[in-house]
Amino acid sequence: MALSGFFLLVFLLQHCTINFLSVINPESFNNVSHFMGTNPLVQFALQPILAFGVIFHLGMGIRLEFQNRLSRPIKYEMEKAAENATWMSRNMIITGVMILLFFGLHFYDFWFPELNTKFIIGDMSGLNAGGEFRYYEELKHKFIDPTRVGLYVVSFLFLSLHLMHGFHSAFQSVGFRHNKYTPIIKKLGMLYAIAIPAGFVFIALFHFINH
Amino acid sequence: MTENGMNLTLKVWRQKSDKDKGQIETYQVKDISEHMSFLEMMDTMNEQLITAGKEPVAFDHDCREGICGSCSLFINGEAHGPDRGVTTCQLHMRKFKDGDTIYIEPWRSKAFPVIKDLVVDRTGFDRIMNAGGFISVNTSGNTQDANSIPIPKDDADHAFDAATCIGCGACVATCKNASAMLFVSAKVSQLALLPQGKIEAKDRVLNMVGQMDAEGFGSCTNTGACEVECPKGISLDNIARMNREFMSASITSDK
Amino acid sequence: MAKLDAKIPEGPIKDKWTNHKNNINVVNPANKRLIDVIVVGTGLAGGSAAASLAELGYNVKSFCFQDSPRRAHSIAAQGGINAAKNYQNDGDSTYRLFYDTVKGGDYRSREANVYRLAEVSTNIIDQCVAQGVPFAREYGGLLDNRSFGGVLVSRTFYAKGQTGQQLLLGAYSAMSRQIGKGKIKMFNRHEMMDLVIVGGKARGIISRNLITGEIARHSAHAVVIASGGYGNVFFLSTNAMGSNTSAAWKIHKKGAFFANPCYTQIHPTCIPRSGEYQSKLTLMSESLRNDGRIWVPKNMKDVEAIRAGSMKPVEIKAEDRDYYLERRYPAFGNLVPRDVASRAAKERCDAGYGVNATGEAVYLDFASAIMRYGKEKAIIIHEPNASEARIQELGKKVIEDKYGNLFQMYEKITNDNPYETPMQIYPAVHYTMGGVWVDYNLMTTIPGCYAAGEANFSDHGANRLGASALMQGLADGYFVLPYTIGDYLANDIRTGEVSTSSAEFDEAEQVVKERLNFFINNKGTKSVDHFHKRLGKVMWDKVGMSRNTQGLKEAADEIRVIKEEFWKDVMVPGELNELNQELEKAGRVADFLELGELFAKDALDRNESCGGHFREESVEPDGEQKGEAKRDDVNFKYAAAWEWKGDPKDAELHKEELTFNDIELKQRSYK
Repeated sequence: MALSGFFLLVFLLQHCTINFLSVINPESFNNVSHFMGTNPLVQFALQPILAFGVIFHLGMGIRLEFQNRLSRPIKYEMEKAAENATWMSRNMIITGVMILLFFGLHFYDFWFPELNTKFIIGDMSGLNAGGEFRYYEELKHKFIDPTRVGLYVVSFLFLSLHLMHGFHSAFQSVGFRHNKYTPIIKKLGMLYAIAIPAGFVFIALFHFINH
Repeated sequence: MTENGMNLTLKVWRQKSDKDKGQIETYQVKDISEHMSFLEMMDTMNEQLITAGKEPVAFDHDCREGICGSCSLFINGEAHGPDRGVTTCQLHMRKFKDGDTIYIEPWRSKAFPVIKDLVVDRTGFDRIMNAGGFISVNTSGNTQDANSIPIPKDDADHAFDAATCIGCGACVATCKNASAMLFVSAKVSQLALLPQGKIEAKDRVLNMVGQMDAEGFGSCTNTGACEVECPKGISLDNIARMNREFMSASITSDK
Repeated sequence: MAKLDAKIPEGPIKDKWTNHKNNINVVNPANKRLIDVIVVGTGLAGGSAAASLAELGYNVKSFCFQDSPRRAHSIAAQGGINAAKNYQNDGDSTYRLFYDTVKGGDYRSREANVYRLAEVSTNIIDQCVAQGVPFAREYGGLLDNRSFGGVLVSRTFYAKGQTGQQLLLGAYSAMSRQIGKGKIKMFNRHEMMDLVIVGGKARGIISRNLITGEIARHSAHAVVIASGGYGNVFFLSTNAMGSNTSAAWKIHKKGAFFANPCYTQIHPTCIPRSGEYQSKLTLMSESLRNDGRIWVPKNMKDVEAIRAGSMKPVEIKAEDRDYYLERRYPAFGNLVPRDVASRAAKERCDAGYGVNATGEAVYLDFASAIMRYGKEKAIIIHEPNASEARIQELGKKVIEDKYGNLFQMYEKITNDNPYETPMQIYPAVHYTMGGVWVDYNLMTTIPGCYAAGEANFSDHGANRLGASALMQGLADGYFVLPYTIGDYLANDIRTGEVSTSSAEFDEAEQVVKERLNFFINNKGTKSVDHFHKRLGKVMWDKVGMSRNTQGLKEAADEIRVIKEEFWKDVMVPGELNELNQELEKAGRVADFLELGELFAKDALDRNESCGGHFREESVEPDGEQKGEAKRDDVNFKYAAAWEWKGDPKDAELHKEELTFNDIELKQRSYK
C-alpha cells in the first residue's frame, strides 16, 4: 500500500503542477499536455505503470479492508472509535471509494475521449479543427457545467481527507519514523493534503468562473 | 447519587461457552464508592449475583496492579475503559458518575475467541512468542560478564520501554482491524535494539510476523488507536521499527 | 531428627556447592530424553526451571492456572534483584551478600543454602543480560545499581520499577523457545489438584482444565512445585488474586513437611486500605525508601487537623514532624529492613498518629529528595543560581526518571499527586518466607518432589531482604534445580514412562473429583469470598504484625469455626465442567483454612520474636534496644517443619537445628 501510495503521491504532485499551468499560461499547458499525451515513453511506459499503481493501490486497499473486517467477526455493541483515532485514519476505504467513483467521472471526461481521439480515430496531432492545440479548450469546456464542478470539488475534499492520513501513514509503513523528522513529515503531509486538492479545486473554480 | 455512592446500570456480555451465541444482560449495582477500582465494582456485582443464586460474570484478572496483563475488558466502547495509561484493574470508579450506563464487553477479535462471558483466549500471543520472541541462549553459569558489552543508555531505555508490554491485548481489541502489530513489534523492537538480540534478528521478525498472520490478526493501517489505548504507552515507533526490520529481513534473508 | 536430613555437603562453606556439583550424579543427554519432569507454576522459579530443564533435554510439562505463563505473579515484583557483582566498588562480595541475607533473615535460614544463593547471584545477572533483559544502565553503557533496605552497599540491579516483569519475561522467553521446540508442553489454565505418589516417590499430578473442567492425569519422574507463597491466607495482601497455597498444601498433605508457616513478610510501603470492598493491596516498591523519608506528625493536634482535612501535610513544619525511623535507627534510617520498618509504622499508628481516616497510614515524603536532586542537577547543567521553583522542577524530573511509573500508579489509585504531597503508606502482607521444607537439593520430604522459589522455605529465614526474592527464584530455577534434580533422576533412567493407569492415580483422581462434586452440590448460602474475608480478618488481627499467646490460641479456634461453617454453608454456583471461577476459589480457600490454622499453631510454638514473627512476650526489656524484638537462640534456633497428621491441630513438629559456623549470631541491630 505504502509503496504504491508514494508513487501516487508523486503522480498527484505532477498532475497538479501541469494542470496549474492552465491557470498561469495556457500555451505551456498545451505544450506539456501534448508532450505527455504523445510521448511514447510516457504513453507506453509510464501510463501503464500509473494504471498498475492505481489498480494495485485500489485492489490492495479493498482486499485489506475485507481481510481486516474478517479479523473481527463479532462487532462491539458499544464502540467509541473516535476516542483514539482520527476519522481519516479509520475511513480510508470510504474516502478511497469516493476517489474511485470520481475516477469514473474523470475518465469519462478526459481519458476515454482522449483514447478515442488518439487510438480509435487515430488522430495523434493534438490539434482541434482550428489547427490549435485542443487541450486547453477541452479543459475549459469541461468546467462550464456547475454540477460537474461541484462534483469535482467534493471529490477533492475526499482526496484531501485520504491524503491527511495516507501521507504520513505511508512513511510509517515503510518504517520511516524518527523523533526529529516524523513531526515534520506530519506537517508536510498536512500541507500536501490541503494544498494539492486545493490546487485542483482552484483550477476547476478558476475555469468555471472565467468561462 | 445516594449518600453511599453511585448507582449504575451495567450492560454486560454474557456467554455460557465458546459454542454459545451470547448476549448483553443488564444489571443494576448500588452504592458504588468512587474509590473502588472497576474490578472491585465487578466483585460487588458478582457478590450480588451469587447471593441471588445466579452465576457470577466470569472475567480475567489476577494481579490487580496493572502488570500481569490478565484483565481485558472493553468498557464503554474503549479497551480498559475511558482512562489513559491504565489497565482495567487500575481504572477507578471516580471516572464514572451516578446514573451512568456502562457497557462491559470482551475483547473482540477472530484471534481471541470468547471462552466464557468476558474471558477470551489469548494464547495466540503465546504462539507468536514461541515463534521467535527470545534470544537463543541456554542457561549457563558461564555466560560472559554482564558488563562486558556496554549498551548505550538510550538503546537500553528504548528496549526497556518496548519490553514493558504486558501482553493484555488492548491493542488488538481497540484496533479497527484487530491487528497485533503493537504487541509483536514491542518484542521485536526490544530484542532488535540490544546487541544480544541482533544475531537472530532476521529470523525472529520473519517468524513472529508469519505466526501473527497465521493467527488471524488483521493488518496495521496506522490509525494509532493502539498506542492511545495501550496501558503501558508502547509507542508506534516500535511498529515502524518492526516494519523496517521486516522489510530488510525479507529482502536480505536467504531463506 | 532422623526424618530431616538437610543433606548439606561437607567442606568449607565457600566450597560446598562446587564440591557438591562435582560429586553428584549426572544423567547423560541421551537418557534425559526419556525422563519427564512436571513443573507447577511459571513464575521466576518455575519458569526458569522449566526452561533450563528443557534445555538440558528433559521432557518438561509445565502448568499454570493463568491464561499464559507470562502472567505469574513474579511479574509484579518492582524494585530489583541483588547480586554480589561489586560493580560499584563499594566492598560487596559473595560473603557480604551471604552475611547480609543471613542477618537480614534474623539467623533463621540455612547457612549453606544462603551462601550458594549469594554465590550464583552473579550468574543470574549474566544470564539475564544474555537473554535481553533490559536492566537500567548508566550513560557509559554499564549496568546501574541501587541500594535496598537492610544493607550498606549498592548491589541491586533493576529495570525501573518493573524488575520482576523484565526478569519474568526473560524466563518466559526462554520457556517460549522450548515450547516452540516442543521440549516444554505447556498447560495454560490448568490447576494442579493433587500429587500422585507411586512406590513412595512423586510420580505425577492430577490436573483440572479450568476451561472445560476436565480432570486429567499426568505422570513424570519428578515433580517440581514452584507455586509461590501463601500470603493470600490474609485475604488482603499484595499477592495476585489467584495466588494460592494449594499446590504446596497438596504436597504437604501427601507427606511434604511444611516449614515455618508463621514467617510472613509484612511490607512497609503499601497503599493504605480505602474501604471494606477492597480486594487487594498494592505495593509501592521498597526502592522508594532510598529517597523518601517516612514520618508522622509529632503533635496530636496536627494529626487531628489532617484527619479533619483542615491542614495539609506540607503545611507541617520540619520540627513538628517525627521522622521516626531516622530517630530510632540512626545508622540505617529509612533503609531499615522491612520487618523493622513495618513494626515501627504500626507502633506509631497504634499510638494514634496515623494520618488518614482509618488511622492506618504514615507519610512517605519526597520533598527533600526532590530538592537534593534538583540542586545536583542544577550544578550539572550549569545553572548555579537556579530559583527554588527551578530546582524543584529539575528535582521532580530526576524523581520521575527513577520512579515515574510508581508515582503514576500511586496517583491513579489514590487520586493524589505524590510529587506535590507526601504519599500515604501502610504495611501489608507481601511475602511468605515459610514454605515447603526442602533439603540442600531443594527436594521435599517426598522423594522426587521438589519445591522452588517462594514455595520453599530455605533462604530467607524469618525475614527477607528487599530484592532477594527475585534472586532466589531465579537461582533455584536456573542454577540449582537443573543440577540437583539430575542427582535424583540418574537413578530413574531405566524406569521408562510412568503409567497413569495405576491404583494410586485412580485414587488421587477419585478424591479430587469427590471434592469438586461436593462444592458444586453443597448449595450453601454464603459465597467463598465471605469465608475468605473472615479468615483474613482473623489472620490480620491475631496472627498479623504482632502476635501473643492468647491471640494465637483464639485465632486457631476461630479459624476452626470458620472452616466448619465453610464446609457446611459454602455456595458454589455454576457447573463442574465449565470455566467456574467460584469453584476454583473454593478449592483454594479450603486449603487456606487449613494452612491458616497451622500458621497460628507455628506462631504459637515459636515463643520468640524473630524477623517477621514478632511475639509481644519476647521483647528487649531494657537498654538501648528496649522494646525491640528479642530473639531466643537457645530455644528456637531451628526451622520448624510440620508433618501432616490428618488435621492441622495434630501436625507433628520436626526441628531442623540450624548451625552457624561462618556467621556469629548477633542481635540484629540497625541503630
